[in-house]
Formats: sequence, structure tokens, C-alpha cells
Amino acid sequence: MAIRVQDPGLLTTVQDLGRYGYSHLGMSPGGAADSLAMRIANLLVGNAENAATLEMTLTGARLEFDEESVVALTGGECDCRINGDTAPMWQAMRVPARGILACGGVKTGARSYLAIQGGLDAQPIMGSASTNIAGHFGGFEGRGLRKGDLFGVRKGANSRVSTLKPKAVDRLYSREPLRVTRGAQHDWFGVEAFGKLLSCPYTVSEQSNRSGLRLRGESISPRVRSQLLTEGVSLGAIQVPRDEQPIILFVDQQTTGGYPKIANVISADLYRVGQLRPREQVRFIEVAIPDAIQLLREQEEWLKEIFRC
Amino acid sequence: MFGLRRSNGSRLYLRLAQVWVSMKVVSASDSSLLIVLGDVTSLDNHERVMSLFRALHRLNDPRIRNLHPAYASVLIDFDPLRLSHEEAASLVENLAGEKSSQHDLAANIVTIPVCYDIEFGPDLQEVANHAKIPMREVIRLHSSATYRVHFLGFTPGFAYLGGLPETLHVPRLATPRKHVPAGSVAIAGSQAGIYPVDSPGGWRLIGRTPVRIFDPDATQPTRLNPGDLVEFSEIDRATFDATDR
Repeated sequence: MAIRVQDPGLLTTVQDLGRYGYSHLGMSPGGAADSLAMRIANLLVGNAENAATLEMTLTGARLEFDEESVVALTGGECDCRINGDTAPMWQAMRVPARGILACGGVKTGARSYLAIQGGLDAQPIMGSASTNIAGHFGGFEGRGLRKGDLFGVRKGANSRVSTLKPKAVDRLYSREPLRVTRGAQHDWFGVEAFGKLLSCPYTVSEQSNRSGLRLRGESISPRVRSQLLTEGVSLGAIQVPRDEQPIILFVDQQTTGGYPKIANVISADLYRVGQLRPREQVRFIEVAIPDAIQLLREQEEWLKEIFRC
Repeated sequence: MFGLRRSNGSRLYLRLAQVWVSMKVVSASDSSLLIVLGDVTSLDNHERVMSLFRALHRLNDPRIRNLHPAYASVLIDFDPLRLSHEEAASLVENLAGEKSSQHDLAANIVTIPVCYDIEFGPDLQEVANHAKIPMREVIRLHSSATYRVHFLGFTPGFAYLGGLPETLHVPRLATPRKHVPAGSVAIAGSQAGIYPVDSPGGWRLIGRTPVRIFDPDATQPTRLNPGDLVEFSEIDRATFDATDR
């Protein structure tokens, strides 16, 4: 079975849950920016949750299926159509042979995920099918999809589709502040600077991508003005470069960096970072590390409970 | 136990690279610990980093997702639902009991052929001007030193090399190039490097290697690895052109 790209949208890449164990060789983890939506899409069509999916950014792709397929679209809300008819998100649906799936613009959030029963046929490299754009490898030829690309889908033998309980994902994308823990160089910043980060709204800049989200707002001045020796950076770290405007380091981040980190988005909220749009406002609130881990545990429990049977 | 209860900023004493060192354990996030072994770039700190990094790598613990060695620290990223910060700190502490073997400290020596043709080294003249030496001397100095891979970062396979002769310390470009070809051999500040993939870059380009520095499909995807020793050997343009890439 094969799928032809009629229109790739703004940036559509193959992503699974990411590439781990290679950051000492300069490899960022990559993977779906909103891993929660991506996992749900896979589970809806009966795939393993790490199966390769398509991540579509701001504008969805238009795809032609040569054979009948079962797909699910999740994540940011988009105007999805199959052969011109409106199709629902967050549930498994059938695309007929020769059918055209058009995902349209992403209206709320930034990214939508398309899982196809069986999973995209992408060769895992270093344990993952995710596209590493900086390294030009993984996914589909190490790049975003282009018009005319043709990719295969694995046979999903006896995969059983699932359905979500009513209203299961209604509160998934809350507008509440992103929760953060203290960063590795938190003590370089005074109470005042950390207070600013927690009390002022920040706007996501247009110069944001999967490597990092640049924020614009009140400047954050460090108390200590020394040069940080380049060190490893954690996913979701909020670093403050010399222009004193914070950057959230994200899935395609460089593995090391030389700017102090004031805070770090908690693991349970990283999927929400993946849905932040340019010009959107964001606020932060502090939680303690044990609470952050408890929130992640609850999120994993929640994911098991949202499916019917 | 050395005060591991408070994981943020607690200090441990570890035996690394045959010496006892003080280290700081910082909770960098809800899924990572930053082990700080020093605050300067030095051979001692590098050896401590490599000793800890190799010991952690060898554990092959499925709860550990990623290790990020750097100049004087190692960031350990783990699955916080399977490994707590305290347990991760204990793992590090336990490694301290193990004696560093010769194997740990032995470095792999990698020789990289470089063609210093002006086409590949558009910044050679400026580096020579800055250092107030002839271009030929830039090449001689660059290809006669032995470098050490401190760590990899920036892009997949990009090795930060220490050991650049002081005469060649030049500031990076004021405006980075949008496109630097893979294999470009470059210097900036006190560092040397090779661009493994086509990428933007602000370092001064002085040559190019025909050797593939990054091959994602290979069992060992990067030509240079943390802790390696690196030497550059000059090749002429004909040899470069004849090398099968």
C-alpha cells in the first residue's frame, strides 16, 4: 500500500516517540512534538504507540491513498476532509481506495498527527523512524515531505481499532500556565528574575520551531554574569541568552548549550509546548520535582483510561 | 551516603580517573541530573567526564535514556517513572567505588586527511592575517597538533576539539554562513572542528576532508567520538578528488 503526497502543507515530517541513547553523539531526541496526541492517534487505529506517524505543522497535508486504509487524526484541530466530506478527528476512520485525505489548516494548536493502521514504512535509524532535519536522516529521506513523494505503509494485520470515551480529550489542551521546575542555573537568577518569569505573560515568537520556542516579553536579567561552560541541556529547558529573552529548548534542540537555564518545563506539559503557535501567549507556574513526576504518572494512568474497553 | 537526600546542589566525592574529586549533583529537570565535575576546560576535567561517562554508558541501564558529556559535566536524562533522582545519584555514587581501568583512559587515535585548498578554506587568508603568519604556517600548525574530542554537540556528529595551537586562536565569523558543506574543517576561538553535515556555521573554514564524518546508517555513525585523539594529515587536491566518498 502506498500514499502519494498531493500537497505537503507547511512542514510535514515522519515522527515516532524519538531517538534515545545517542545524545553523546550530538543526536537530539526528536520525535513527535505533541507525543500525547501522537500516541492516541496510534492507539485509535490499533498500532503500537511508537509506530511512525505524520506530524503536520500549521497547515495539514493532502494525501492520496491507493488502497482502503484506516487512519486517525489527532492533535491541533483542523478542517479534515475525506473526498471532500468533513471527517472527524480523534477517531479511527476509513479512507477508501483512491481516496483523498485533506487535513486543511490547523485552527487551534500548532500540530496535527496522522496515524495510519500498520504504521508508516520508515526504516528505523539509531532505533527511531523520526526525521532528524539537522542531520538530514530518518523519516522520509531525512526531510519534510514534498509534493509527489510516495511512501509505503506496513500491513496492519488484525489491528483492532479503539474508540475514546465521550469528552475524553476535551480538556487536553488547557490554556493554563505551563508548569516548570527550577533549572540547572536557577541560582544565577535572583528572586526578582524568577518572579518575572512566573508572573509575566510571554509571547511565542515567529522564529520558533521544533528546536526551540523563542519567547518575547519582560527581560530576565541574571544576578550572576559569568560565562557558562557548555554543558548538556535537558528537554524543555528554559535558557536565557544574552538578549535576556527566554527560549524553551524543544525536541530538536542541540544536545549541549552555553546559556544559563532558569527553569524547565515539566515532562507532563511538554506535549502542550508542541501545540504553541507563533504569537500565542504563555505563562509559567512553578511546581516541585516530586509533584512534576506525580503529574507525569497521572498522565500515563489517564492515557490508559480514556479508551472504551 | 553523602547527603543524597537533598539532590539539588549536594556534593559527593568520587574516585574518577584515579583521583578523588568533588562533584555537584544538580536536578536539571524532572527527568535529569547534571553532574558537575569542574568549572573550567582542562585535561583533568575531561578525564573525569570521560571516566564517569564511560562507566555510565557501560551500565547500559534501560532506565537511562541519554547521556550528554561536555567540558566538565555529564547530564543524565532518565525515565523518571522508573528511576528516581535519588536512585540516579546513587548510581553515580556507586560507580565511584569502581576503579578506573586502563581501558577507560585509553584513547582512540583518529587521523583525518585534510585538503587545505583555498576553495575549501575560504578563511585561510584571514586566519593567516589575524595570526600574522603565512598561510602555509597556518596549515603546518593545524596539521601538526594533536586534538582531543571533548564532546559532541551542535549537529549530529559535530566534535568539539581541544588542542588548537594558540597562534591559531581567532574569533568566529561576525555573521555565520547559512551553508557550510559537510566535511569542512574549521577553527574558532580555542577550538577546532569538522562540520559533519551540511549546516549553517560561524567557524572559520580552512580546509575539507573527503572522509565521511557522519554516516547515520553505519553501526558507528560518527567518525569522531567523545575522548578520541585526533590528528589532521594534509592531502593535495588530486588525492582529495580521487577519494571515493
